[in-house]
Amino acid sequence: MEKVYTKIDSIVGNVVTVRAQGVRNGDLALVGDSYASVIKLDGDVVSLQVFSGAMGVNTRDHVKFLGKPMQVSYSDDLLGRVFTGSGVPRDNGPALNENMIEIGGPSVNPSKRIVPKNLIRTGIPMIDVFNTLVESQKLPIFSVSGEPYNQLLARIAMQAEVDIIILGGMGLKYDDYLFFRDTLEKSGAMSRTIMFIHTAADPIVECTLVPDMSLAVAERFALDGKKVLVLLTDMTNFADAQKEMAITMEQVPSNRGYPGDLYSCLASRYEKAVDFEGAGSLTILAVTTMPGDDVTHPVPDNTGYITEGQYYLKNGHIEPFGSLSRLKQNVNKDTRDDHRSLMDGMIKLYAAYKESLEKKSMGFMMSDWDEKLLKYGNLFESRLMDLSVNISLEDALDTGWEILAECFEPNETGLRSDLINERWPKDKAGK
Amino acid sequence: MEKIKGYVTGVNGNMVSVRVDGSITKNEVGFILVGDTRLKGEVIRVNGDIANMQIYEMTNGIKVGDVAEFTGEMMSVELGPGILTQVFDGLQNPLPDLARKCGFFLQRGVYLDPIPNRDWEFTPCVRKGDKLRPGDALGSVPEGLFEHKIMLPFGFKGEWTVTDIVPKGSYNVRARIATVEDARGNKKDLTMVFSWPIKRAITCYDKRLRPDEPLVTKVRCIDTFLPVAKGGTFCTPGPFGAGKTVLQHMEARNSEVDIVIVAACGERAGEVVEVLQEFPELVDPRTGRSLMERTVIICNTSSMPVAAREASVYTAVTLAEYYRQMGLDVLLLADSTSRWAQAMREMSGRLEEIPGEEAFPAYLESLIAAFYERAGKVRLRNGKVASVTIGGTVSPAGGNFEEPVTQATLKVVGAFHGLSRERSDSRKYPAIHPLESWSKYTGIVEKEKVDKARSVLFRSNEVNQMMKVVGEEGTSSEDYIVYQKGEFLDAVYLQQNSFDPIDQAVSPERQRYTFEVLYSVLMTEFNLTDKKEIRAFFNELRQMFLDWNNTEWESEAFARQEKSLKALIDSRKK
Repeated sequence: MEKVYTKIDSIVGNVVTVRAQGVRNGDLALVGDSYASVIKLDGDVVSLQVFSGAMGVNTRDHVKFLGKPMQVSYSDDLLGRVFTGSGVPRDNGPALNENMIEIGGPSVNPSKRIVPKNLIRTGIPMIDVFNTLVESQKLPIFSVSGEPYNQLLARIAMQAEVDIIILGGMGLKYDDYLFFRDTLEKSGAMSRTIMFIHTAADPIVECTLVPDMSLAVAERFALDGKKVLVLLTDMTNFADAQKEMAITMEQVPSNRGYPGDLYSCLASRYEKAVDFEGAGSLTILAVTTMPGDDVTHPVPDNTGYITEGQYYLKNGHIEPFGSLSRLKQNVNKDTRDDHRSLMDGMIKLYAAYKESLEKKSMGFMMSDWDEKLLKYGNLFESRLMDLSVNISLEDALDTGWEILAECFEPNETGLRSDLINERWPKDKAGK
Repeated sequence: MEKIKGYVTGVNGNMVSVRVDGSITKNEVGFILVGDTRLKGEVIRVNGDIANMQIYEMTNGIKVGDVAEFTGEMMSVELGPGILTQVFDGLQNPLPDLARKCGFFLQRGVYLDPIPNRDWEFTPCVRKGDKLRPGDALGSVPEGLFEHKIMLPFGFKGEWTVTDIVPKGSYNVRARIATVEDARGNKKDLTMVFSWPIKRAITCYDKRLRPDEPLVTKVRCIDTFLPVAKGGTFCTPGPFGAGKTVLQHMEARNSEVDIVIVAACGERAGEVVEVLQEFPELVDPRTGRSLMERTVIICNTSSMPVAAREASVYTAVTLAEYYRQMGLDVLLLADSTSRWAQAMREMSGRLEEIPGEEAFPAYLESLIAAFYERAGKVRLRNGKVASVTIGGTVSPAGGNFEEPVTQATLKVVGAFHGLSRERSDSRKYPAIHPLESWSKYTGIVEKEKVDKARSVLFRSNEVNQMMKVVGEEGTSSEDYIVYQKGEFLDAVYLQQNSFDPIDQAVSPERQRYTFEVLYSVLMTEFNLTDKKEIRAFFNELRQMFLDWNNTEWESEAFARQEKSLKALIDSRKK
């Protein structure tokens, strides 16, 4: 179908309309030299969303329908490459046009899902020990602008024990994009990474394509038996792009201007996370910045209803309170026998430390117990909570015992005596 | 009958406009033919010769001029033996069968027969010449634990005479088992299966009764303080992470009803998987059989098409009404009705209707009311009493109960179990807020005593608020005891450990029994003055009561613990 239309009827926002026949919903078209997709049909009026924006589109521009939906190439050649939201290479490599697969495919049959059972090690104690990431989990990182969430993602990309990392960047600052690229190249992780990057200066429509492109590719790798981790940053930009497009399409806004289908929109992406029985798995970690640090804002709120827990990144570290991995129970019973008890015990003591800290700031007298807690809290923060700590789960558990031994007598920790007998560091006792 | 056809004239999201040749019914089901796939949809608006259809699938690939076919029937479910234990999507597609056919993914345009094609041992209960009305039984087949009644289809009008009925024996589910004739001489052959439109309530009963019998959920906080009635309705709103789904699973596991229908509507797929893995393994204490044998799961998770999500709650309630018609008590648990309301909002937006509050359509309230009104306790024509109880979770945006879906739901339900983030954060489960929640039903314990216990809770809360300002030192011993009594009630009775094998399900007898002891503590005046002493006493009391909760009912340990508990109470009695 090589018919070319040369009369564009209207240009509103990023949407142009043209009169054409035999066009299918969702098909791809070329408007001038930019890709566009069919988003609405009304008689012979076809509405097209132009990926690179409608700026500079002339009413006489050529519109050519390609007779196929939006697709992305899938092969091992993708590894180490960087693309835009519409799949055009961002690095100097060649364009890939082979083995094209559709994006935004159907969802997985719930009866084919299995209970997740494998953990993903990241080398970050606050994740591995306290809120373990599980294969096929979908977790957001709730954060605020200015926090080092991209640094955290980059560290996870370098350290996580998975086969393939797919990084989807939405509304990234150009510096952040360069940071990701350089960090991953330097660490050697780039060879197992694929990046779909939309920077803040790029057309808004491409922003909404990034998750679909990333997840379509990830799904195929997972079906081919790979353990895939998809990192998305920042989903709030994605939601804002959806909002912008919905408003220009004159859709009725529902809550704070967001479209009524925001929940479905986010859910259809997050629900791509899955563990394929007999094949690989797809895990999603997505940064969601909370405007004004408000968790009831529509984007984090809807996200919370969809995902299986959340990490709060505040003041440069992952908060032990509030952060929750709903699936950790599935895996932390099989790691080491002291994992669960130590995790609970240390968190309880850390909560007590926070209380002592509050008392101290209010000028109360510090008891011996308070002093112990304060020492404990400081050690806990510097040796485990600090984001730069990179140790294995087992080392982190051992570090936990060491911290306890440096600060407390065994019976002060509230841990089971059989565990203490087995694990309490002997040389540190009595210090 | 000639099939009505049409041609696509427009596509907007999952709404397709079709130009129709001929007459058309609102809510009629039609198919759009895209290549060799047929996409199911429902007519939701007719304007001149243009019909707007909401399509239950993704609309990619539809083009103007594509052929549409109409069935002349409203969106219906198939009713017949073999529904129990199944897992359906919102349109009653059996998901495990679909997986066998299509693999990992849900392929669009594939619709399978929901009723398993097999033989059943049919026993007739009518004879030639008997007169029947819709909903009356012709006979029955054994379906797992139940006598599954084969009934005269609900859609038949008036009285019908049996002109032929097969003898007792094994028949295929789709085979003819009877022939009936109406007053005008119209003859119809009957099989074990018939269909019924999901948006129409089944009313083939004699009389609707007041829901006055408690439905036991074995959750103390609900049965004693916030009871649910058989045939009643209740809602469970709560912010994310407050434990809505865990609470619903507890209710699904332990409720004393015959059949449980779980409608997972627009929620996480992972949670359904938990039910699927867990229920077949769990044993129903009432029957000794697997829990799955009394369960049907309707599963339209968040990433599945939105229009089918809208249909899923209706599919679920229709199946519930069908089993009620056999004289059974059915509990329908819908998680979450907010997602259903959002599905309506999406469609309303596409239809460019004038939006109401938060862009929800103006008819939201009446649709929610109509849905909950399908619950009810009824007396059937054969004198049996049966019920459908509906419990829906609500996921309010930002955890704020002032939003339209929560408010519309509160207007029509008989019990409100509001979950609070505060309680779930401090790990007090079930996180039902004891002061804000309410119920209009009568529970298993005397109302007067429950009210008194509640008033202790209220006062305790007041004292607690006051103590935050004046500190413990500024509180009188009397007030401090009231505060401790409230905390005690919360800790030993309202909270319940869903992981403890004994505490997770508490029988109504045990609830009545332990409540009496609890009540005596609340009403006793204690001979305690020093705050340290008071705290120590209540700590000990609490620990003892909690240990008592973990002993087996009517065991020796239970009696022993009760004795020492009572001794402790008496030791400080004024």
